[in-house]
Amino acid sequence: MTASEKKQLMAAACKVRMGVVEGTHSAKAGHPGGSLSAADLFTYLYFKELNVDPKNPRWEDRDRFVLSKGHTAPGLYAALANRGFFPVDDLSTLRHIDSYLQGHPNMNTVPGVDMSTGSLGQGVSCAAGMALAARRMGKSCRVYTLLGDGEIQEGQVWEAMMFAAHYKLDNFCAIVDNNGLQIDGPIDQVMSPYPIPEKLKAFGFSVIEIDGHDFDQMEAAFEKAKATKGAPTAIVMKTTKGKGVSYMEGQAGWHGKAPNDEEYEIAMKELRAQLAEVEAM
Amino acid sequence: MADVKKIATRDSYGNALKELGQLHDDLIVFDADLAGATKTGTFKKAFPDRHFNCGIAEGNMIAVAAGAAAMGLVPFASSFAMFAAGRAFEQVRNSIGYPHLNVKIGATHGGISVGEDGASHQCCEDFALMRSIPGMVVMSPADDVEARAAVKAAYEYEGPVYLRFGRLAVPVFHDEADFKFEIGKGEVLQEGGDVAIIANGLLVNEAMEAGKTLAEAGISARVINLCTIKPLDEELVLKAARECGKIITCEEHSIIGGLGEAVCALLSEKCPTPVRRVGVNDEFGHSGPAAALLKQFGLSAEHIVETAKDFCGK
Repeated sequence: MTASEKKQLMAAACKVRMGVVEGTHSAKAGHPGGSLSAADLFTYLYFKELNVDPKNPRWEDRDRFVLSKGHTAPGLYAALANRGFFPVDDLSTLRHIDSYLQGHPNMNTVPGVDMSTGSLGQGVSCAAGMALAARRMGKSCRVYTLLGDGEIQEGQVWEAMMFAAHYKLDNFCAIVDNNGLQIDGPIDQVMSPYPIPEKLKAFGFSVIEIDGHDFDQMEAAFEKAKATKGAPTAIVMKTTKGKGVSYMEGQAGWHGKAPNDEEYEIAMKELRAQLAEVEAM
Repeated sequence: MADVKKIATRDSYGNALKELGQLHDDLIVFDADLAGATKTGTFKKAFPDRHFNCGIAEGNMIAVAAGAAAMGLVPFASSFAMFAAGRAFEQVRNSIGYPHLNVKIGATHGGISVGEDGASHQCCEDFALMRSIPGMVVMSPADDVEARAAVKAAYEYEGPVYLRFGRLAVPVFHDEADFKFEIGKGEVLQEGGDVAIIANGLLVNEAMEAGKTLAEAGISARVINLCTIKPLDEELVLKAARECGKIITCEEHSIIGGLGEAVCALLSEKCPTPVRRVGVNDEFGHSGPAAALLKQFGLSAEHIVETAKDFCGK
């Protein structure tokens, strides 16, 4: 990718992170930690990878994205809004009683959301079903899904992986956000899912390991995924939970907690500084 | 009765799928390693490229079907009632019910008549589970003719549907030539004014038998087949309550949460009427031949007759 493309992605990622902070602060609830660890991925998907049309969110031949770790809806919503699916200003209505921006993704109320998710382990199965159906219908679109590293403790995730590999769904790409933390603490202390790449390989996936905050590595991974035939791809990305907001980084406590007014000001100030830095590049 | 044709509604399901498959290219079928028993194997034989085995992983199968529906296909997902409605309840609720996706759940081996497999496989809770999900249509057809019609109606209906079929061969009493089926509409099989017997599934045939026996004993029973448990045919039930004053519900399901409670809930709010519920009395089943189990658990014409006589003070 060109330097200017990368700069645009970095700027968009800052805005997505601001949207996460905006939404969770206004909601006084929500999940900033995992939204921020996946913010670069959301940005890459919606600003570079996915073949989607914000003016026609239900376009039949679009690529699909299923947020299997549905609690990080604030990150998905921020990416969709910044990509033009709905007004960025609406992000501050997150979780409000009359808002269409539900606490977890709702495909029937939020433009651009391809599947209702929230109960962990189910989205990945839905995505596999979409990939199978797309192939059956002769569509060339691809299906992407994002899982949490804690989420893969759910047995259904492995049922879905077995399914995707069995049916050789090479139009299916599962991404694991390996930020290392879940609600109750480090994932290897709560219930270790490690080693993740080896498990996925054993299930029949083409596995790519990347730094989930590096757009060049993301580009290489997604290009390889598209070129891989006869097997589904899994991208395991190492990330930092809370990435971009100093006091949230690497803290399990920010999994499902909203910033208060003071914390909000600090976070927005940091993110504005990051954006200014990118824009000055 | 020797000349009465008997067919298990699971066979009707497989045959209807095959028939529909010939007409509709968007119909696909998922199964969880039970294609031989659920009879989706009949469809598979005709359309091997549209039948997808998910292995013994029902939760995944249900959510996979949801994804396929979101793409615009019309998936039928099948397993035994115990696993489709029971094990995969939360997947049905969150991945099909909440987004209101166009998935049809074809659940076979419902109820105690599963027989020898015993309690672990005798699902008597599926109506309760499925009717608690907003927007879910729940049907339990009574014979071959109705079962095939229900499968077709489910295909044509846009939205989630739960269909329960049985393992046991049951008498075919509907005449296909003049049979009309509509989701949410019950049918009066025998007119009567002393008591109304409302049944579904294989209990409909028992209710009809009971109706005849009761007539001989001087009790005029109205026999109603309510294939659709949700949405309930309120008009038909309320009319029966007003005109008969006594209702007996009959189902191969727990008396908790099924047809009986659905009828009671309606009547208590709109037309308080005494009700007796014939069903499985808050207990688990056990192994045995289906016919013997049905008798033992009171899911029989004889028990309906006893209940009606006691109810009517005769």
